[in-house]
Amino acid sequence: MPPCPAEAVPAQRSGAGWGAILTALLIALMLVAPLAALGLRLRDPNLPAGDLATVRFTLLQAAISAGLSAILAVPVARALARRRFPGRGLVISTLGAPFLLPVIVAILGLLAVFGRAGWLNGALGAVGVPPVSIYGLHGVVLAHVFFNLPLATRMLLQGWSAIPAERFRLARSLDLPPAAIFRHLELPMLREVLPGAALVIFTLCLSSFAVALTLGGGPRATTVELAIYQALRFEFDLPAAARLSLIQFALCAAAFALATRIALPAGFGAGFDRTGGPPGPPGLRRIADAALILAACAFLALPIAAVVARGAPGLMELPAPVWSAAGRSVAVALGSAALSTVTALMLALTRARVWPGLAATLPLAASPLVLGTGLFLIVQPFVRPADLALPVTMIVNALLTVPFAYRLLAPEAVRIRQDYGRLMASLDMTARARLRIVLLPRLRPALGFATGLAAALSMGDLGVIALFADRQQATLPLLVQQLMGAYRLQQAAGAALVLVTLSFALFVAFDRWGRHADA
Amino acid sequence: MRSFLLALGLSFAAHAAVADDNPVLTVLTYDSFVSDYGPGPAVKKAFEPLCSCTLRFIGAGDGAALLARIQLEGARSEASVVLGLDTSLTGAAAATGLFAPHGTIAAKDLPVPYADPLFVPYDWGWFAFVYDRTKIATPPTSFEDLATSDLKVVIEDPRSSTPGLGLVLWVKDAYGDRAGQIWADLADNIVTVTPGWTEAYNLFLAGEADMVLSYTTSPAYHLIAEKDDTKAAAPFTEGHYMQVEVAAKLKAAPQPALADRFLSFLGSDAFASIIPETNWMYPATMPAAGLPKGFDQMIRPATSLLLPADQAQALRGPAIEEWRAALSR
Repeated sequence: MPPCPAEAVPAQRSGAGWGAILTALLIALMLVAPLAALGLRLRDPNLPAGDLATVRFTLLQAAISAGLSAILAVPVARALARRRFPGRGLVISTLGAPFLLPVIVAILGLLAVFGRAGWLNGALGAVGVPPVSIYGLHGVVLAHVFFNLPLATRMLLQGWSAIPAERFRLARSLDLPPAAIFRHLELPMLREVLPGAALVIFTLCLSSFAVALTLGGGPRATTVELAIYQALRFEFDLPAAARLSLIQFALCAAAFALATRIALPAGFGAGFDRTGGPPGPPGLRRIADAALILAACAFLALPIAAVVARGAPGLMELPAPVWSAAGRSVAVALGSAALSTVTALMLALTRARVWPGLAATLPLAASPLVLGTGLFLIVQPFVRPADLALPVTMIVNALLTVPFAYRLLAPEAVRIRQDYGRLMASLDMTARARLRIVLLPRLRPALGFATGLAAALSMGDLGVIALFADRQQATLPLLVQQLMGAYRLQQAAGAALVLVTLSFALFVAFDRWGRHADA
Repeated sequence: MRSFLLALGLSFAAHAAVADDNPVLTVLTYDSFVSDYGPGPAVKKAFEPLCSCTLRFIGAGDGAALLARIQLEGARSEASVVLGLDTSLTGAAAATGLFAPHGTIAAKDLPVPYADPLFVPYDWGWFAFVYDRTKIATPPTSFEDLATSDLKVVIEDPRSSTPGLGLVLWVKDAYGDRAGQIWADLADNIVTVTPGWTEAYNLFLAGEADMVLSYTTSPAYHLIAEKDDTKAAAPFTEGHYMQVEVAAKLKAAPQPALADRFLSFLGSDAFASIIPETNWMYPATMPAAGLPKGFDQMIRPATSLLLPADQAQALRGPAIEEWRAALSR
């Protein structure tokens, strides 16, 4: 490993450092205070046997989902990194889409393709093959890969584009075969980026609830999040819910420790800020890459096409409240995204890696229901919860999206500091000048992607708003749920399509802004 | 950022300040009651002229979330009335000690006698498996019949939804000690278990299952609102378990007198005529003009099952465990 030049730069104790510590503490407080409000007692008896089976299944499905998403993302991202073709930009943008679908909408989209009455079984039946069932552990994993493969692919693509173009040019002039390029340039990058990507997906799947239960086929597929739901809703056992939530945090922290241990900074050294991606080898490999990209696109696009097909007829009869709800959702999403990106940036720009990393990962493991219930208990003695519905939703959504933004910003920030740390120090640049001249312009692609993702994710969430809102403040996801609950499935599908389109538009707007840094 | 937050906060303050001099009666209920498609708006319009008050609904998720919400709020709640608990939850609700007796409001038109000092029924329905008549010619006539068929059903989870809990109590009430065996026999018919009614009903309409656990009145929605007569509920010989939805006054009600008026209003003809086509359930008092056309085509089970609140409460834990064990094998 080359020496790490950044370490030679004297630590910069400035406002930013204290700001980051304060931010991390605030995040910790936001996560711990609700547990305390629910009456968490650390000296409670051990887990009942049923809960152990629940924890086992939760871990199993999360580990398989994360492993598979991360491993499959490597060839897909590599193919996208080394090929240029018309529509490539569109494909990369669309990779954000599955991730942004509301859960029930995504499930219905997947079922339209893979379900009992889906297209796949229709095609199999036409050629006389018995139907395949999506229900079971494999169905849960399929859905989680559908959600997360694109996310992992985008994270890896960012890693590939961070390898300076000079390195690939050097490799070509040395006439290195693709295998050697992979070993010397791409593998170190993967070692740096892949553990973080897998960690995010693993933690996301830890708190899976509706997907795991609905596609899991029954109570065998019980996750910790369902147990939390049951404890809060039916048994009103608040300390039990807090204890289960703590288990999720502990599993997340363990995964974080593991990922931190595996990940190593790649240390390519500075380049001239030019990126071109690896060279695309000709011949059979070219066909293989094309096939890979096509297969990934089909897997992701078919369920989305089903969502659009289901929703399009409903667009004709959208009820009026859809538009005011959409306005509220966009306002909440923009507020959350700004808050989330600033928070993540504060943490990503500090020199320390471990505590900011942990503070920016734990929110992923938080149960929205526990968070919402705890905050409800905290604010209720002082104000009417309904008066705080939108601000609370905004803040909680920001908290829940910080992990994505951090994961995208932190590797870039480290790389920039390694490449430019000495230069900045020798020029004796002020913190403000560093930020304005060096850091922000180079972080722009990651900033755009992170903000877009945070905004779009905040559009879709309803874990917290459901507890706080009264009917005047329904956001779009809540309205979709109300329509479904009133049998109006057609209108619900139409409203869901509006939701998905708006989320995606927000995402693309920010993402494009980031990716067109030079334009 | 800060100014954005401030603006947002101010807009809410302004929103909250818009209120007239009328006293406000706050009713805590489930989301689908208050939505534009539920009974809420019509009930507000009918009740406000009678009480010279402002009726305000707060929606709090589904029926189970409602009980959790009222326990979270405790005596501090701004609500005077809670509307939307069902009979599988009233035992737990009574045990909180948060509810006040309602005096003597009797429900007239329930298929089983129902009297509770705390809870006033306002509508009810029978659970049933709904199917598509164009796809199933002879539907199963009992749980045992269903278990021996190769029909696929989708059901709700009793740990997260009230219909799921109703189904578990249905099997328990009909089969007693044999309930576990019935579930084991049904295991290969159950395509999947969903967190709530919405997911289950969507899956059924998407063709993922032949039947879905819903209500005998669900086909009325398709018939009346969509002019679609293909959906029907299958009558079971064991009888059908009932869901009775109830309302109650809170002990710490800020407006106790208005709360009493509202509870008596639930038995009025005005209220009863709103319910069928907004909540798609039977009103607790039959409207003078009868039920809307279309409801007469719904099946009317000969036997109605309903466990008393204390028994339902006592059986809930063991019955869910029986269900879980049988389906986890």
